[in-house]
Amino acid sequence: MADIITSPHISGHADHHDVDYLHDGKGLKSWLTTVDHKRIGIMYLWAILFMFFLGGVFAMMIRLELLTPKQTIMSAETYNKVFTLHGAIMVFLFIIPSVPAALANFVLPLMLGAKDVAFPKLNLFSWYIYMVGALIAITAMVTGGVDTGWTFYTPYSTTTDGSVALMTFAVFVLGFSSILTGVNFVATIHKLRAPGMGWFDMPLFCWGIYATALIQVLATPVLAITLLLLLMERTFGIGIFDPKLGGDPVLFQHFFWFYSHPAVYIMILPGMAIISEIIPTFSQKTIFGYRAIAFSSVAIALVSFIVWGHHMFTSGQSQLASAIFSFITFFVAVPSAIKTFNWIVTMYKGSVAFNAPMLYALSFLLLFGIGGLTGIFLGAVSVDIHLHDTYFVVAHFHYVMMGSTVIAFLGGLHYWWPKMFGRMYSESAARVACALVFIGFNATFLPQFVLGSRGMPRRYYNYLPEFQFLHQASTVGSWILGLGFLIMAGYLFASLRKKMDAPANPWHSRTLEWQTSSPPITHNFHEVPSVGGGPYDYYRPMGQGRND
Amino acid sequence: MDSIRHWMLGPQGSAYANDVDVLYMFLVWLSVFFFALIVFLTVYLAWKYRRRKEGVLTPNIAHNLTLELLWSIVPLIIVMGIFFWGFNDYVRASVAPNDAIEIHVTGKKWLWAFEYADGTRTIGNLHVPVNRPVKLILTSEDVLHDFYIPSMRQKTDVIPGRFVDLTFTPTVPGRHQVFCAEYCGKSHSDMMANLFVDSPEVYEKWLLEGDPELQTMAPVEVGKLVYENKGCNSCHSIDGSKNTGPSFKGLYGRLEKFTDGSTVTVDDNYIAESINNPQARIVAGYEPVMPTFQGLLRIPEMRGIIAYIKELK
Repeated sequence: MADIITSPHISGHADHHDVDYLHDGKGLKSWLTTVDHKRIGIMYLWAILFMFFLGGVFAMMIRLELLTPKQTIMSAETYNKVFTLHGAIMVFLFIIPSVPAALANFVLPLMLGAKDVAFPKLNLFSWYIYMVGALIAITAMVTGGVDTGWTFYTPYSTTTDGSVALMTFAVFVLGFSSILTGVNFVATIHKLRAPGMGWFDMPLFCWGIYATALIQVLATPVLAITLLLLLMERTFGIGIFDPKLGGDPVLFQHFFWFYSHPAVYIMILPGMAIISEIIPTFSQKTIFGYRAIAFSSVAIALVSFIVWGHHMFTSGQSQLASAIFSFITFFVAVPSAIKTFNWIVTMYKGSVAFNAPMLYALSFLLLFGIGGLTGIFLGAVSVDIHLHDTYFVVAHFHYVMMGSTVIAFLGGLHYWWPKMFGRMYSESAARVACALVFIGFNATFLPQFVLGSRGMPRRYYNYLPEFQFLHQASTVGSWILGLGFLIMAGYLFASLRKKMDAPANPWHSRTLEWQTSSPPITHNFHEVPSVGGGPYDYYRPMGQGRND
Repeated sequence: MDSIRHWMLGPQGSAYANDVDVLYMFLVWLSVFFFALIVFLTVYLAWKYRRRKEGVLTPNIAHNLTLELLWSIVPLIIVMGIFFWGFNDYVRASVAPNDAIEIHVTGKKWLWAFEYADGTRTIGNLHVPVNRPVKLILTSEDVLHDFYIPSMRQKTDVIPGRFVDLTFTPTVPGRHQVFCAEYCGKSHSDMMANLFVDSPEVYEKWLLEGDPELQTMAPVEVGKLVYENKGCNSCHSIDGSKNTGPSFKGLYGRLEKFTDGSTVTVDDNYIAESINNPQARIVAGYEPVMPTFQGLLRIPEMRGIIAYIKELK
């Protein structure tokens, strides 16, 4: 299989075998027509980073507006559009594709010792679908905007003005990009592992991405169907969700969360996957409980399909349904706890270095701890009834989505940056930025737990004066967070202007992506890598196999 | 301890609120314990085994069954306990006793309307007697809303085309805040209501006579209250700025032009018509979105709002 799937691009340039992938072909056209997974990964990276910037600007606007209880910088209508776009961009255009489509696209085949993903052309096609979806979404923003919230709840979404139809169509299109990337990764992991690499010899990153890909393939079609039904109701007046047309608005919520809850794990599993790489590398230590972590990923993926109703305890669903969903939800706590303790204990008797990627991984352990523990509050039905749709929920999912996934993404970005671009960034600047992001993030979202438990509902433009102090603390936190990101952008871009200086394996890692040059050559490895041991065999000298 | 609880959760309005808070605070301390454990282990191990020399080999510690069983089974037992605790409270609070007072609630953009068994109808102010179970039966006229009483630790989505109910037994007299907690558009954050928990005598008197202030206040003052409490302020400004509906500032005596081209000079009768039958004539440049308030204003209240508009020059 590995022999058959060589891209035409590679086989057509036999004389360029030793050129790194960044210099193998010049000009925009060589990028836009590439089927090299590394180049596609980089194109995804720039696209999602732009979207992260855009979503971040909207986030700063939200926080600034909430500085005072009444109008601060914008009208209520604008505010409603801004928080909708913040959510929709961050979820559909940034977080979901962030780790899988950008980072995993680059490193997954390298980790497996493969030349490319299983379907390189399909990979490029996914990128184009993503770009088309992104363009449609941007069109929707500038032609009327959307004020439904990223959840598109009916019947508000079928009756409000604005470009709701266009925005849902954008999300519909983006879903296909996600599905095709998932299919590609499943096939790649099944078929393109290097000779000698069994399932349990794969780096845990691949397990995490595999579990993610399964959810992408199985859950995303449900979102597509739901959005199609929404479009039909909005455009042709076919009654599915709107009670005025004989529909049921709660049905939409069931459909929506049937996708969007698994989507939460599409977002967190890849983050966990990155942590499973960074911690052993910077501890120079065998990962503790390899199989437990691998199976926990798959367990979380499976359980994720049967807990959607915990978003709907107040929706009027039956009490029996709430009981069952609450019960199953608590099982997610177990694999999460297993993973957390496995990561921590991996450092035991290790040799721990505090480079920027590791600082992000350590931040992840603390922030995911808070995100996970506050999830227990929301799983308990009686407490959730009070906290549902308040800032407590906002704080909780930001600890999971941003405090965990985005922090892990940043860790991964700093970890693989030398591999991707062949350049080291300023380590001291990176540490400062990481500290600012960590402090700013907590200052922004810790106060929101208290806002929520005191009863402050989410998606509020005006709020009661008694909540002002905590809102202001949160807004000041967002400025610290923004400063951290500005510094990060500064030193990362600065590193790109330098000459290439990154060694092949700056972190002394044992996984395969570090066994080739930085940046890698177009076809990844000069010869098919032989796998003689596990990816975390830090107990024996580098290069020595288990049987040597 | 109690001050921490109060700072985190705000005032309690019922015995059930205390039950929720006990579980909440249990979870807070449980989380503090586990978070402290995570922080301690992370910081301790990372620092104790910090890199002192490059290129060392480390022992191959791949797993430890006892430890792994410990951190699988202990969390499982704890969360199962929490499940039963939370669910048990929830079920108890969901069932209304037979002697509960039933009050119908309608949510619409962007106000709450209440209807009592004796025909009393109000907007924005819900009165209930203390220590009697209350069963609200709620529905929506347009989109999803959510009736949320933080001090009772209770909320429910309010769904068009469906009746849902919400039960609570208030034990603390006085005013309690009500929010709309399901996003419903422009004035979502202004869609609030007051829950007044009265002594039985005050409650009975209120049912008969309406808000006591109405008896003694000047009409303009009554009008101002009506403006704030009945939801007028969601759509009509008093400073001349354009909102969903025309501003009240300078409205009285103005020549209004309608969508059908006709005009009227705003007087008492036009204001009354606009309140009772808002769809009759639509001012040019506005959408026909105002709900009717027919039967929702007592005569002093109607007089009050007219006087109030007259005052806003």
